[in-house]
Amino acid sequence: MADTKTKEKEPLFSKKNLGLVKDPLADNNPITVQVLGICSALAITAELKASVIMALSVIFVTAMGNVVISLMRNIIPNSIRIITQLVVAATLVILVDLTLKAFVPDLAKKLSVFIGLIITNCIIMGRFEAFALGNTPWKSFLDGIGNGLGYGVILVIVGFFRELLGSGDLFGLGKTYLGHPLLGNPIKGELSGLYALGYENNGFMLLAPMALITLGLIIGFQRSRNKSLIEETH
Amino acid sequence: MDLLQLFLKSIFIDNMVFATFLGMCSYLAVSKKVSTAVGLGAAVIFVMLVTVPLNYLLDQYLLRPGALVWLGDEYVDYDLSFLTFILFIATIATMVQLVEMIVEKFAPALYNSLGIFLPLIAVNCAILGGSLFMQQKEFNNITEATVYGVGSGIGWFLAILAIGAIREKIRYSNVPPAFRGLGITFILTGLMAIGFMSFGGMLTGGDEAPKKEVVEAIPPTEMKEVTPVEEVKTDSTAVETVKDSLTEIAQN
Repeated sequence: MADTKTKEKEPLFSKKNLGLVKDPLADNNPITVQVLGICSALAITAELKASVIMALSVIFVTAMGNVVISLMRNIIPNSIRIITQLVVAATLVILVDLTLKAFVPDLAKKLSVFIGLIITNCIIMGRFEAFALGNTPWKSFLDGIGNGLGYGVILVIVGFFRELLGSGDLFGLGKTYLGHPLLGNPIKGELSGLYALGYENNGFMLLAPMALITLGLIIGFQRSRNKSLIEETH
Repeated sequence: MDLLQLFLKSIFIDNMVFATFLGMCSYLAVSKKVSTAVGLGAAVIFVMLVTVPLNYLLDQYLLRPGALVWLGDEYVDYDLSFLTFILFIATIATMVQLVEMIVEKFAPALYNSLGIFLPLIAVNCAILGGSLFMQQKEFNNITEATVYGVGSGIGWFLAILAIGAIREKIRYSNVPPAFRGLGITFILTGLMAIGFMSFGGMLTGGDEAPKKEVVEAIPPTEMKEVTPVEEVKTDSTAVETVKDSLTEIAQN
């Protein structure tokens, strides 16, 4: 429904439109550059699986919400736009929540209130306010996908390091990747991989504070690569 | 006594910022100066005080399965819990608007100091998070819900006050360029969160209480032999080892 409107003016995947998807992945990342949506990014990243589910949920809500708000952008009175945006976000989040509860009940329980908190995720409101209110549905859709992906990338990176270093596992499959024989000491029946070198799973990575520190280090790393992002003052 | 315990627990152990990361956006954006941090913190406490009990009533008499029974026996099967999010956020947005109007009318001085922060609060996840956690914790009466709301608000206030003060001081330090601003703030918050973890054993009502008693029951001499085996198997033992190392550092 969204793509028919802009078809005549410019091609669907013009350079500018692709930029809407690409920019938020790195240089204009919602988490590390725009500083939006931190809360959920930290709370559920102790496991990679939860991070991926959360990222998909947010991509869905930003993309669909952007389209809905963009379609309504000319009829929303300015004075009640915040509450309209909240209602649109809440409706989409209810859909996500019920879907997750139906198909992955265990994970839905683990994510607990954080699915509900997507409503107040600043990325959603920020994109509604800054982009969808002033752009066509198709562009808003791409912008929503891009920002959702940018959020998801950081979530997956943080989740990857936290789960790998914290429990030596990925996706909760019960394997210990750090004990892989390629990393050292391939003798069966003994401690293998990094564990043979004296490494122990760092349970601290699974606790709350390390999420903050991991994200801080990711931000530092990104800014040391891309000097234009460095802040002048503290 | 239970209320006091709940109050302290919601401030320190289940601290909104350090344990559940709620309200991080405004926590990072508004903590550059202590004075603004105090303004936003006070507004959060106030809104929590109003919205958590209100949402408790909504949950009790409208949302939870069978809550509509006060209308008559034929309503006992109704379950409106899927409306939780939309009703809670509507309550919060309305209350924020209402509070803003009331404060503007009756306390202009307070309004001028809080003014710009009040609208920000509607989208502060700490507020919605407070209500959602309240629902999850299934409190027995409205007093408990109110105490929980105020305690969480105060916890958030303390956190933003502390980081505001640190960020004012760190302006004079030589932070590596890449970490300036956001990066160092995250790392500082992480370190503060480690500090707040030490409150975990303050009350025996902590979530990790059962495990903790087992560890504490072992005399200190034996503990050294036991810990290497049990270490880092679960979250709570990891908490213990961190706490041990923290106390060692403190003693030195």
